[in-house]
Amino acid sequence: MTMGAHAHAAHADHGAAHHEHHHHEESFISKYVFSQDHKMISKQFLVTAIVMAVVAVMMSIFFRLQLAWPGEGFAITNFFLGDKWAPNGVLDSNMYLGLVTIHGTIMVFFVLTGGLSGTFANLLIPFQVGARDMASGFLNMLSYWFFLVSSVLMIASLFVEGGPASAGWTVYPPLSALPQAIPGSGTGMTLWLCSMAVFIVSALLGGLNYVVTVLNMRTKGMKMTRLPLTVWALLITAVLGILSFPVLLSAALLLLMDRGLGTSFYLSEIHIGGEALDNMGGSPILFQHLFWFLGHPEVYIVLLPALGITSEVIATNSRKPIFGYRAMIGSILAIGFLSFIVWGHHMFVTGMNPFLGSVFVVTTLLIAIPSAVKVFNYITTLWKGNIVMTPAMLFSIGLVATFIAGGLTGIILADSALDIPVHDTYFVVAHFHIVMGMSAIFGMFAGIYHWFPRMYGKMMNTRMGYVHFWVTFICAFGVFFPMHFIGLAGAPRRYYDYTAFPMFDNVIDLNVVVTLFAITGALAQIIFIYNFFYSVFRGPAAVQNPWRSNTLEWTSPVKHMHGNWPGKIPEVYRWPYDYSKPGKAEDFVPQNVPHTDGEEESHG
Amino acid sequence: MMTLLVLLVIALGIIAVTQMARVYEITSKLRGKREEEISPADNRMNARFMWIFCVIYYAFFFWLLYAYGDKLLPVSASKHGMVLDDLMTLNWVILFIMFFFTNTLLFYFSGKYYFKKDRVAKWYPHNNKLELAWTIAPALFLAVIVITGLKAWQEITAVAPPGTPEVELYGKQFDWTCRYPGKDGQLGATDFRLINDNNPLGIVTTASIAARLAELQTEKDATEKSIEAGYDHLPADALTKLEHHLGKVSRMMDRIVNLRTMMEQDIAANKEASKYAAGSDDIVIKEFHLPVNEEVNLTLRSRDIIHSAFLPHFRAQMNLVPGQGTVLKMTPTITTDSMRDIMANPEFNYILMCNKTRRQPLQHADGPGDREEERIRRMGGRDQQEALRRCTSGGGTACRWHSGIGQYRTER
Repeated sequence: MTMGAHAHAAHADHGAAHHEHHHHEESFISKYVFSQDHKMISKQFLVTAIVMAVVAVMMSIFFRLQLAWPGEGFAITNFFLGDKWAPNGVLDSNMYLGLVTIHGTIMVFFVLTGGLSGTFANLLIPFQVGARDMASGFLNMLSYWFFLVSSVLMIASLFVEGGPASAGWTVYPPLSALPQAIPGSGTGMTLWLCSMAVFIVSALLGGLNYVVTVLNMRTKGMKMTRLPLTVWALLITAVLGILSFPVLLSAALLLLMDRGLGTSFYLSEIHIGGEALDNMGGSPILFQHLFWFLGHPEVYIVLLPALGITSEVIATNSRKPIFGYRAMIGSILAIGFLSFIVWGHHMFVTGMNPFLGSVFVVTTLLIAIPSAVKVFNYITTLWKGNIVMTPAMLFSIGLVATFIAGGLTGIILADSALDIPVHDTYFVVAHFHIVMGMSAIFGMFAGIYHWFPRMYGKMMNTRMGYVHFWVTFICAFGVFFPMHFIGLAGAPRRYYDYTAFPMFDNVIDLNVVVTLFAITGALAQIIFIYNFFYSVFRGPAAVQNPWRSNTLEWTSPVKHMHGNWPGKIPEVYRWPYDYSKPGKAEDFVPQNVPHTDGEEESHG
Repeated sequence: MMTLLVLLVIALGIIAVTQMARVYEITSKLRGKREEEISPADNRMNARFMWIFCVIYYAFFFWLLYAYGDKLLPVSASKHGMVLDDLMTLNWVILFIMFFFTNTLLFYFSGKYYFKKDRVAKWYPHNNKLELAWTIAPALFLAVIVITGLKAWQEITAVAPPGTPEVELYGKQFDWTCRYPGKDGQLGATDFRLINDNNPLGIVTTASIAARLAELQTEKDATEKSIEAGYDHLPADALTKLEHHLGKVSRMMDRIVNLRTMMEQDIAANKEASKYAAGSDDIVIKEFHLPVNEEVNLTLRSRDIIHSAFLPHFRAQMNLVPGQGTVLKMTPTITTDSMRDIMANPEFNYILMCNKTRRQPLQHADGPGDREEERIRRMGGRDQQEALRRCTSGGGTACRWHSGIGQYRTER
């Protein structure tokens, strides 16, 4: 006696208005390829992101092999990169930088922005606000296709003559502007910029759709303060993207002009390749300002959806309301706002005015407050809960752990004085991989395990989920904890080989530890991928509301249908967190169940 | 063969895991158990894992601290570095408290409150007092961090008083060059258009301008000749290329002539004090020495791309940005010799790295020699240039460097 009964009751009321438009047969092309249905687009984003993630993880393994055993040949490196980039299996130093750059780009933009927001905003926003689809299905389809084109461009850039872009994922000019400076700043860089431009178009089309859908298409009774935290997080994420991605687009366009049209936005007084360049009056620092004006909100574009997913999963599986619902919304808003005025903390050692630096210190450290509130609220939600250990729940708890570990080291980096000795060292790499990379990917995994039945109507294998989680979780710390120490010893990031430096001899064996954990962690993902694709086709059929959850997506029938609900859209009477509400027979009350007589509306 | 074996083992391992999961799935199906129903045994198992993980997590952390805590950077060799090290320690103490407090709660609750059929979760949607408390508590911790941090930051980045000795660090792909002011104590003006083999830093002097103009004139003449000679038979794009080059050379000459005018006017107005008159006695060397216990102003300049001068032992770092100078002020406090004693490593040298590098840098081998702390002291202050000159004329082995110089090296 679960969800289904409530849903049926709701449907019976509106049974009259049943037949709308779900009888015509869709062709293969319109159903799977040029689909305008949010559920299908969400799956398209997810599968594309998984493919991109596989590429990016493999890249990281190649350069981790080089870092652990510099100069040694590996057949697998040679197999994938060929004799040009890995003669005798030894990774070429230029390709090393190319791999680092593309690994970062793919992970940040294609997996954790496109993949995470694209998948879950598309899946959850219409379902959870109670809409039949996105505001514009057509623009939504375009959003995916632009994403796919940009992914293809990015992958294509790996195969050009001089290799892919290799100036780091931040592509600072002049390095990225001048092919004389590094081979990767040739065609590979042009393709990188084109790919990103297309990606930004995709992000904007998607983001506008998400915002409009949340604001305009909520079902009856779905007040903003009854929205699930996933939707709140995805909404603010979309707003951040809309406000900041255009700035990255302009940064990229100006860089393209500097590269191709002889302009001098970022170039001044440069003597390279034996000649003085004509460019005068530009500033390389301008690029950094523009880049990080996106770049920092981007961190939260990556993180907020993961935090939203976690809020939902933790509440559902603790069988408890999320603690401090309104404080959670407040902290999402605060983080979103503050994320726009902190970008300068990436530039403390660029010669930026020290006073300006102090301002960025204050704003940056302010973000720690709403972040801390979120952590404490998660912990309090777990307290005296009745925790169901689904794989999604494990990944959510994992997210809180990585968010703590990575968030705390962020305080060191946000402090301009303390940033000086660790800036651009492995400490930074360790910090952002834990707080942004691991947290976001854990949120993404939590989302996939949790909403897989909603997406595919099948169940994933729980046991494989457990193995996947525990191996990944242990490896996450195994990789990134020792990395902090390498950084604190002063090892710069992006170096190809550290053996030439006696000063790192003491800590350099940690690189072997890191690489071994990285390889194990990467292999564990094969279990996930197998589980995912096997379950898509052969998994046991899902029931309508497997996790006994309150939100509206579980009131829609398992079999996907155009328009999401047969008959009327369910009406909403309560917030989504009535778990274990006193006086109720079940430990959950879905949002579309009206209050009983004398029942008080609950809120956080 | 080894690789094949490893791959085989990995493949078999994954197959084993998936097969075990499948067997489990089939038996579940036979027993009528569904994937979304997490069995009490599974709940308990994962809850226990949470506790076990927490213990291993802390153990790993302490092991890293124990095994590597003292193998990081040695004591700071600069004045502000000591402040930073203390500040770092203070921050770590605060962060460790937060770390253990939050993680212990997280893993303890996760492990303790696993699902039991007969228990009901506590209805606890919010508590304003609690929320206020953990908004304010981090705010207080952060206030300490912000205030102490900004105080140090202001001291570190304050403008050096006039008269502070200046040393220029010049970065390019793929090496560092150092420039010391001559007797006049002032670094001469530079212009990137004057750079050539004889003047790698583009220092402005009457002689360097004349030499560069002559060089460019030769180039211009040669290009003109090529155009003339090839006018009839060269393909159109080759001619266009030559013409572009000619235009560029001519523009550069015009600008250098302008620069000469500017130099002459400035020298006429400011006499000896003009920075255009200060360049002729500058010392350009591929070695980097700093006086001990004296504040120096490192002015940083880049020829091509953004570099980052990173001196980990001095806890100092600043980017080199083409087209705009940057400054790094510091007071070294420990000589190379003393540091060798501290680290019990006679091979030890300070290092200057590019923290943005794309190539493999190499540490420059320091000159051998005996204890010369005294002399380095004398290198400070007014005698600095004199001492330096003796260093260089002596082949670089007579004096002890305060700091070794880092060098880039290309791969091939």
